[in-house]
Amino acid sequence: MSVKENTEFQPTIVAFCCNWCSYSGADLAGTNRLSYPTNVKIIRVPCSCRINPMFVLRAFQRGADGVILCGCHPGDCHYMEGNYHTRRRMTLLFSMLNYLGIESARTRVEWVSAAEGQRFVDVMDDFTAKITELGPNRRLEDLRCKKN
Amino acid sequence: MQEELIKRAVELMEDGTVNRVLGWQKGQFVYDITPAVFTSADELKENFVYNDFCGDNLSKYLKDETEKEGKVLVFLKPCDTYSFNQLLTEYKIHRENVYAIGIECYGKADVELLRRKGIDGILDVKNENGTLKIATIYGDEEVPMMEAMAERCVNCKSKKHVAYDELIGEDGEVLDSNRFDMVEKLEQMSAQERFDFWQGELSRCIRCNACRNVCPACTCEKCVFDNPDSGLYNKAAADSFEEKMFHIIRAYHVAGRCTDCGECSRVCPEHIPLHLLNRKFIKDYNELYGSFMAGAEVGQVSPMVDFTMDNDAEPSIVQKGGAE
Ligand code: SF4
Ligand code: SF4
Repeated sequence: MSVKENTEFQPTIVAFCCNWCSYSGADLAGTNRLSYPTNVKIIRVPCSCRINPMFVLRAFQRGADGVILCGCHPGDCHYMEGNYHTRRRMTLLFSMLNYLGIESARTRVEWVSAAEGQRFVDVMDDFTAKITELGPNRRLEDLRCKKN
Repeated sequence: MQEELIKRAVELMEDGTVNRVLGWQKGQFVYDITPAVFTSADELKENFVYNDFCGDNLSKYLKDETEKEGKVLVFLKPCDTYSFNQLLTEYKIHRENVYAIGIECYGKADVELLRRKGIDGILDVKNENGTLKIATIYGDEEVPMMEAMAERCVNCKSKKHVAYDELIGEDGEVLDSNRFDMVEKLEQMSAQERFDFWQGELSRCIRCNACRNVCPACTCEKCVFDNPDSGLYNKAAADSFEEKMFHIIRAYHVAGRCTDCGECSRVCPEHIPLHLLNRKFIKDYNELYGSFMAGAEVGQVSPMVDFTMDNDAEPSIVQKGGAE
């Protein structure tokens, strides 16, 4: 019996999810037995505005091919205004990354509420598909952080 | 102009308004000017200089100087006054300890541009009605000032002094310059072309940190780049990630506070066009959140710390995605 080797590119996706909405959204997807791509590695943060631009860069350094931030919908932030700050900061950060030649499709912000398990799955499906299409991140990688 | 400035500085020192002067000091050559503090009339007469190479923005030094006893006199060119205001906005300098004299400026020369013309061994440079008369060890040269002018001065954003106690010379206007042209050009390139452009520029960085040290917006007591635990504490970048990371973080940290004074690009020993990073941020928030000039007034709120709740009025590029 021959084993067919899987040579297809499997991206690593880092998803920063805020504790109050998006992380619960992911949880809801789980309890509803909805499956989302296993490429997505979730990191829980207290609020989307906790994400320092350094986190995003670090994720790329350590081998992420795409980074997505998820937070509560505008107006629903547990801390009232955190996601408004996120919106501005990430707009400018992503624009700068794009300016330096890192494709803008590799970075994204999405609002996912605690009740939107299905939306979480859809967002992750879509994002993973886009990154798979784009291929591996070569422009912001640190070779020393690669395993092989 | 130099004589006029010295005369006024001596007057102010003698009548007790100030007890020292922050100005420019002669270097070994006519073009290597250093910022310095003068405490006596004799020192001023001997070493103070104001010429076409006095590009240094003195406002950053006020952070330490205004902590000291007594008032300090400072000379500010129009673009320096923006940094001055921005530092006041951030409560970094004590206004009551400064006597600021605004001085007119018609653009400063960049010695590198002269060198690129093959002019070496410069002994002396004199500006005569817009022509630089250059004496070198190989003979005399003449270069129109316009051809030797630093990029930031060619694309000067303002000849208007936004802060001063006293003005020597003329006050000008805020200018409608072409400073975003190059940013636009880069924006129109493909992602690969942009990447190649920046790779070419940023890989030359030797991480001397001069761009950080000179920046009037970089005034943190403790800097992440000096923290051995941050992972950013290294000398020359080891790979393409580190090259970019330093520059993204540096530019991002001053976004909304950068007055586009151009000091970072001036001091870079590798001639990396750092202003193109700063201006990208400036251009972005001007376009997205309404025009904003850091330092134009004291007490402004930068768009980087501000927000609106209006989802339509906050144009957002973050969700667009889309491959390029
Ligand atoms: S980043 Fe450069 S242009 Fe901006 S304030 Fe600092 S030194 Fe001046
Ligand atoms: S001044 Fe130039 S070489 Fe030095 S750290 Fe800044 S960019 Fe790098």
